[in-house]
Amino acid sequence: MDRYLLIVSTVCFLAAVVHTAIELRAGVFRPLRFNFFAVGLGFIFQTAFLSLRGHELERCPLTNLFEVFIFLAWSVAAIYMLVGPGYRLSLMGAFTAPLVVVLQVFALIAPIDIRHPVKLPANPWLEFHASISLLAYGAFALACIAGVMYLVQERQLKTHQLHSIFYHLPPLSDLFAAITRLLWWGFALYTLGIVSGFFTGHPLPRPQVVAAIGIWLLYAAILQGRHLRWFAPKRVAALCIIGFSAALTLLWGITFTAEMHPIP
Amino acid sequence: MTVFCIGLSHHTANVATREQFAGSATAESIVREAGCPEALLLTTCNRVEVYGVSHKRISTDEIARCLTKTPIRDPHYYAPPFYRYEAEKCVQHLFRVASGLDSMVVGESEILGQAKKAYELARKSGAAGQYLHRLFQRAFRVAKQVRTHTDIARGAVSVGSVAVDLAQRIFGRLSDCKVLVLGAGEMSERTARALISRGVTDLRVTNRSMDRACELARAVGGRAIPFETWETQCREIDIFITSTTSETPLLTTEKLAPLLRDRLDHPLFIIDIAVPRDVDPSVNEMEGVYLYDIDSIRSVAEQSLELRRQQVVAAEAIIAEHVTDFVDSLSRGLNDAARKTEHPLPGENSLRASEL
Repeated sequence: MDRYLLIVSTVCFLAAVVHTAIELRAGVFRPLRFNFFAVGLGFIFQTAFLSLRGHELERCPLTNLFEVFIFLAWSVAAIYMLVGPGYRLSLMGAFTAPLVVVLQVFALIAPIDIRHPVKLPANPWLEFHASISLLAYGAFALACIAGVMYLVQERQLKTHQLHSIFYHLPPLSDLFAAITRLLWWGFALYTLGIVSGFFTGHPLPRPQVVAAIGIWLLYAAILQGRHLRWFAPKRVAALCIIGFSAALTLLWGITFTAEMHPIP
Repeated sequence: MTVFCIGLSHHTANVATREQFAGSATAESIVREAGCPEALLLTTCNRVEVYGVSHKRISTDEIARCLTKTPIRDPHYYAPPFYRYEAEKCVQHLFRVASGLDSMVVGESEILGQAKKAYELARKSGAAGQYLHRLFQRAFRVAKQVRTHTDIARGAVSVGSVAVDLAQRIFGRLSDCKVLVLGAGEMSERTARALISRGVTDLRVTNRSMDRACELARAVGGRAIPFETWETQCREIDIFITSTTSETPLLTTEKLAPLLRDRLDHPLFIIDIAVPRDVDPSVNEMEGVYLYDIDSIRSVAEQSLELRRQQVVAAEAIIAEHVTDFVDSLSRGLNDAARKTEHPLPGENSLRASEL
């Protein structure tokens, strides 16, 4: 039953992707409210799925790679719902939806929804650590998407080749302000996630801790470079993409090793 | 009764011909002289059109005679530059005109304001009645829908508006932007005015002749600064408009690099409208600098026009839908009215659906 909710949710996000693709192809891209509503509806079904799964497990549904991917997709959609309309970044929905579709389709297709043979006991600190960290990933994902939008627009402005989509992108300054705020949000949540990891009551695998701190340092460096004006906005946008790719790789590694050596 | 449109535009007549028919008639005078119950006169720099409603056919020559300043006896003299649309074709033509599809610059919005003004004039004078009211109100709705649901009005198509449009894409709100105008030519003035109209408040003007700088600053509401300081101004300005007559580039990468060192996260938009160019093209390669010369601005304007042209098909589809709906609703309205009054549809006073 819960997988059907997820399929419906994926279809909603896919509708946003297809709508954008058709409009871009026709050269009449207009973000309007369609993307926001499609993402919003998809988000509701995601939430319903996570809620059902949580009740079934009697804990935060982050017990395997499948759930981690869905929670990450949910975080991306949640942060978009918070940030998108607030910063008038309705176009961001067009960029957010494909990422969510990729995450959910992969989670649905790949044989990664492996239930633990025994019910895992609830561990509030561990659940808080995992969920906050994934919310941070959501913010970093959105910063990455805003970075892509920034680079697309910057490139068009530099080359003097303006396409239909150009007229619907937020101004460079607004995008850069959104990137900075998303980075700060992500960084604060990620810091909270790392700190709470030390309270789970279990020894954490050393490579995971080192890699997590590495990612934390990378984002700290981006923010510091931005604050001290070492990096131009274009470089910050590019670093957001690199940072999120690295964070995603780490997430994969953490979840994979956690499945090999589960923490009770 | 049938609705008709008789007129001439930039498609059919040159400006010399158009001006012979513009300015002397009013909607009232057409109602009086042509003998049609309702009339509306739409006069712009690109068109002179009469929209009317009549139960008898009013010839094109008759309308042309009403419009002309100097009547000519030859009855076929007027025919060539005039076009005539009736019923459904007339409705379609008006919807296209109001939506900017028939304009010289496709998608321009000025025509909608002009059509609204023409309608107001006709309504106040009593020349426009219920039929033209319904027709024009629908035309305004169609025009709004076309603008909202297509990209027909997107992008700027003149040098000044392209500059302003690009500045808004970079900075968002222009009210906090600092602008420096170097050289007090006509093009800089126009661009500066366009920026001021979009909210710029800090505009600095400089020129080799301080008098000319003061004159331009006064005209556009900026302030004149000494010519020798223009380079140091680049440290803090956001938009730089230059159009001097210098034979060699005034701004090069070497000159600009040290000035931009402290403002890495702050973009600089340069509009170089001088020929020969004032800014070395390699400046565009610098981080955070967006350089547009006159050719690239024209190219952006061309791209905008091309984008607008691509939207015509989508706009025509919206219009076609409205034309069908308008004709149907009018026919339904007339049938209802006929049923209510329990009289056969009066041939003389109603707009027959078959005629539309």
